[in-house]
Amino acid sequence: MNAPDFPDLSRRGFLVGTGALLVSFTVPALAQQAAPAAPAPAPAPAKTSPLPGSLADTPSLDAWIRVDADGSITVFTGKAELGQGTKTSLRQIAAEELEVEPAAIRLITADTALTPNEGYTAGSQTIQNSGTAIRFASAQVRQILVAKASDKLGVPVDQLKAQDGKIVGPNGASAGYGELVAADFLHVDAAADTRLKAPETYHAIGKPFARVDIPAKVTGGEAFVQDMRLPGMVHARVVRPPSYSAKLTGFEEAAVKAMPGVVAVIHDGDFLAVVAKQEFQAVKAMRAMAVTAKWQERAALPDQDQIPPFLEKSVAEIGTVTSVGADSAPGAKTLEAQFTRAYQMHGSIGPSSAVAMVDNGLTTVWTHTQGVYPDRKAIAEMLGVLPEKVRCIHTEGSGCYGHNGADDAAADAALIAQALPGTPVRVQWMRGQEHLWEPYGPAMLTKASATLDADGNIVNWHYDLWSNNHGTRPGSAGSLIAGRLMARHFPPDPAKLQISPLGNGDRNAIPLYDVPNQRVNWHFVADMPVRVSALRGLGAYCNVFSIESFMDELALAANADRVEYRLRHLKDPRAKKVIEVAAEKFGWSNDPMPEGRGRGLAFAKYKNHAAYLAIALEADVDRDSGAIVLSHVVCAVDCGEAVAPDSIVNQTEGGILQSLSWTLYEAVHFNDTRILSPDWSAYPILRFSAVPDSVAVHVVDNPGSPYLGVAEAAQGPTAGAIANAFRHATGKRIHDLPYTRERVKAVLGV
Amino acid sequence: MKLNVNGVSHDVEADPATPLLYVLRNDLKLNGAKFGCGLGQCGACTVMVDGQAIFSCLTPAMLVEGRQVKTVEGLGTIDEPGPMQTAFIEEQAAQCGYCIAGMMMRAQALLEAKPDAGDADIRQALEPNLCRCGTHMRILRAVARARDLMRSKSASMPAAAGRAS
Repeated sequence: MNAPDFPDLSRRGFLVGTGALLVSFTVPALAQQAAPAAPAPAPAPAKTSPLPGSLADTPSLDAWIRVDADGSITVFTGKAELGQGTKTSLRQIAAEELEVEPAAIRLITADTALTPNEGYTAGSQTIQNSGTAIRFASAQVRQILVAKASDKLGVPVDQLKAQDGKIVGPNGASAGYGELVAADFLHVDAAADTRLKAPETYHAIGKPFARVDIPAKVTGGEAFVQDMRLPGMVHARVVRPPSYSAKLTGFEEAAVKAMPGVVAVIHDGDFLAVVAKQEFQAVKAMRAMAVTAKWQERAALPDQDQIPPFLEKSVAEIGTVTSVGADSAPGAKTLEAQFTRAYQMHGSIGPSSAVAMVDNGLTTVWTHTQGVYPDRKAIAEMLGVLPEKVRCIHTEGSGCYGHNGADDAAADAALIAQALPGTPVRVQWMRGQEHLWEPYGPAMLTKASATLDADGNIVNWHYDLWSNNHGTRPGSAGSLIAGRLMARHFPPDPAKLQISPLGNGDRNAIPLYDVPNQRVNWHFVADMPVRVSALRGLGAYCNVFSIESFMDELALAANADRVEYRLRHLKDPRAKKVIEVAAEKFGWSNDPMPEGRGRGLAFAKYKNHAAYLAIALEADVDRDSGAIVLSHVVCAVDCGEAVAPDSIVNQTEGGILQSLSWTLYEAVHFNDTRILSPDWSAYPILRFSAVPDSVAVHVVDNPGSPYLGVAEAAQGPTAGAIANAFRHATGKRIHDLPYTRERVKAVLGV
Repeated sequence: MKLNVNGVSHDVEADPATPLLYVLRNDLKLNGAKFGCGLGQCGACTVMVDGQAIFSCLTPAMLVEGRQVKTVEGLGTIDEPGPMQTAFIEEQAAQCGYCIAGMMMRAQALLEAKPDAGDADIRQALEPNLCRCGTHMRILRAVARARDLMRSKSASMPAAAGRAS
């Protein structure tokens, strides 16, 4: 067994052998008794429910933290490392409250046999939910240890403190954490009034710790599910239909089965796969099978050049996102604009992969899914077994940026492994399979209208968006490609319009700007001829692009500076602060610029309840080639208390460059039957020659304040700032994403 | 086939047409080179052959017989990282990290051929390699740092076990 970080003990194994003492506690009394007199309590991060963060769903402390008799500490999270630094930052949080170094913490991430069910690792919520839970649980465990040390040492709790894995008191009194362990001593529910350490006492939170996963990744260590090599493991490849709804009408099994190394051909309805001893044998068998397979296809895709009318005529329902004040207001002038966004890919560099093994009726799947529990449920339904008969273990994959092929590859592996009990099966998708079958970020259409009073202030705002659902994750077995293709043909889950504070297609559709009269509607498109789901930021990318483009037009109409115009429409001081910091560090001015060069700024508070982010940048537009080149980019971000500042910078730089790539290049192409973007030449993305000269990210820290999700906050503002710099450079506005060279030249009349 | 990888000679039983990538990953159990596209479009599989950066996903293993293959495992170990690896750790130049070994090998080939490569040379050399997390700025800084480390020959700094610089 060589899966990275794979725990060799079952959860039950963890729970037995914790010592012989039987001690029970009355939790609330204990929490009160153990509350330290000093330092002063810090404000509770994200304390919006009786129990903070994910403790609300999983209150028992031993679901999160285990202390062994040898003093070792294990922390459990239902969230997964996706390349965002979770394995490091969650250790920092636990280490802070447990008064040890982060390196002393053993961290177990998402595993249906071991960790809490925290749903999906998505929506920039790991620190907000899991981090908050681990923070409070760790603080309470520390207080329990102090209380036990008080009993053991005969020293009052107010004279004891936790320090480097021990509880210490006056005159050399000391007890290691391991000496204080008793059976089930953490099998108690979390207390809502647990006090956290004060920011001025931090030794781990906010400090620059190196990411724990990077050394292995730069030296050839086993870091990814793709690197797993179980004894006796065989290699599988799927053979996908040429289009979503194609039906298999025939294939030649015997010839493929006779190929060297082939151990199985899997056929179930329209699901086809080959299994071979060696990987390249599987690749060759896959190619041979693809040649022999005959499919019946049908034209079911919309015209890629007529997406707005397709969306408008496909509306199933209209949902009110917000409705404030009057439907209209008198003013000096009214402006209108319409924006669009193409279908866009996650485009993970490593195509999806999974390893599965059936052993005594239990199917174990090592997967880079974002949600081990939901994926397990869908796979169990697909296999016709109880969820307990499937175990999903998160194992890192290539960065996903949302719902890519991970769940589907896990389902492929689980289905194929049923034919080979006792044999580990590794599925590796090919590049074209990822490009053609991953669920894309949905195309969108938005229409904005605003009325300005005589002073240029916005008095009325109407915003309408047309979009599919941005979340088709498992779900039922029908949310999995294998589930749909197999002979049982599980139907996809019906699309439902849901308006929630989290947001979906309507994420960030409500401007944070202060406007007395607002109408925002989601024209919900249920029909999904092109497979779509969650791509980093969901609707926020297109909504913020639209709103921030439109705000610049309003500022121009009001004859106002674009930064001042935003500030005058904002009340939230933290929103103003990030705009001011970005503008100041960038050197914002209205000085004239050379021909073809422009500056742009954009802002959003992600989901209107997560991180505040403003970005200013300078762009050069080359009329002849249509190329847009960014020189320098400056960003300011406030995500509350910064746990791992360098990871915040890393994530934000990444978000900026990824959004730059989406914004300048990316659109999925298709004809009436097939997707036509099977590789990086048909779907180009950012390369080094187009990377900005400099990207500076300034973290506006707020120690002691609640954690605000940050990993997706840059997607929308980056697009808005590029759009506004282009407008400033050329005097022309492009309303459609992406800003391809062809589109730039067409708008400039070149 | 006899393959020399990271200075060690290996006897490999495989179809000679097998892409070098699969031989490295499966027969020799080396994780560094990654499968990204199989088409020579992304560079995740980049390794060095006789000092040149190549796409191992496109190169039949038989073509590298008698030549020197180097992978990221040949640049150092987790306990004794080489200058390129040290630089990437010190700059924290990874998000998911899937593309990184390929980036490092292409950068290594550049710096071995051109120890005084400038920032523009580095950008140009890395053009064939894709990163989807948007770690480009850090990758550029890490390669520049590796160049400086190699030049100053202070090559064997320990991995950051705790706090980063």
